[in-house]
Amino acid sequence: MINGISIVSVWVLDQDSAREFYTGKLGFELTNDVKLDNGMRWMTVRPPGNASQEFLLMDPSHSMLDGKTADQVRALVAKGALSPGVMATSDCRGDYEELVKRGVEFTAPPAERPYGVEAILRDDSGNWFSFTQRTM
Amino acid sequence: MSYRQPDVASLRMLRKARDRIDRDYREEIAIAALARGAGYSREHFIRAFRAAYGETPGRYRTRRRVERACELLRSVNLTVTEICYLVGFSSVGTFSTRFSELTGMSPTRYRAEAASRGGPAPIPGCFALMWRTGLPASSLDSTSGEAAGALGHVASGT
Repeated sequence: MINGISIVSVWVLDQDSAREFYTGKLGFELTNDVKLDNGMRWMTVRPPGNASQEFLLMDPSHSMLDGKTADQVRALVAKGALSPGVMATSDCRGDYEELVKRGVEFTAPPAERPYGVEAILRDDSGNWFSFTQRTM
Repeated sequence: MSYRQPDVASLRMLRKARDRIDRDYREEIAIAALARGAGYSREHFIRAFRAAYGETPGRYRTRRRVERACELLRSVNLTVTEICYLVGFSSVGTFSTRFSELTGMSPTRYRAEAASRGGPAPIPGCFALMWRTGLPASSLDSTSGEAAGALGHVASGT
């Protein structure tokens, strides 16, 4: 049976900038940053303390996509249309304050929801994430 | 339309302008100021924004305000007039007109229908007024098409 989700791919516009954002600002740990023979740069990060879940930070222009498709994906990321998912936190309000101090952008501050406390975070490329402390 | 999609750098600036509308939707930020921040003239900005997002920045802001008003009408015990000013409109007449255009009914009727369907118990309005930057802004994000958590969509049934 499928027993988990190990890697989620996140399209980013600039891998150097993404590496700095995810490790330097969000506090993720870098788990891989290697150049493959086919030109792809395989770069993965994970939230601290969680060895089983990683983001693969991929550049559409150096991926399996053809050039035109890559440009379309880059446009979607840049305009803010894509959302890779939900980041989990045990302290949404506290982390929000800290991350804002580090220059992370949010489009909505923490607020009570039926399922917990949620803010909306932007990464440096334009992807948005729900940033949620679940209560159920 | 022969308008070309802007390049990635321009889209990024448009997105930052739109994020600013999301964050500061209550404020009457001049479209010209948003345009300057994004590196456009006012007219060019409006065209580029519409090409990227399907509506003008002014219209987008109005829709955000109405979405937030909907949430407040569903969940908070404030008058329609109070909600009108709370979400950033400066005239009740304009608020009612825009609200009706976007939802197909008046704010009063919207509230009555929401109440008849049931839903979360109204919370005291003083809390919403106190949390001007917290509750109204965020509780409405769950109904927005863009900056809402996936869970929010489910939870709010939108």
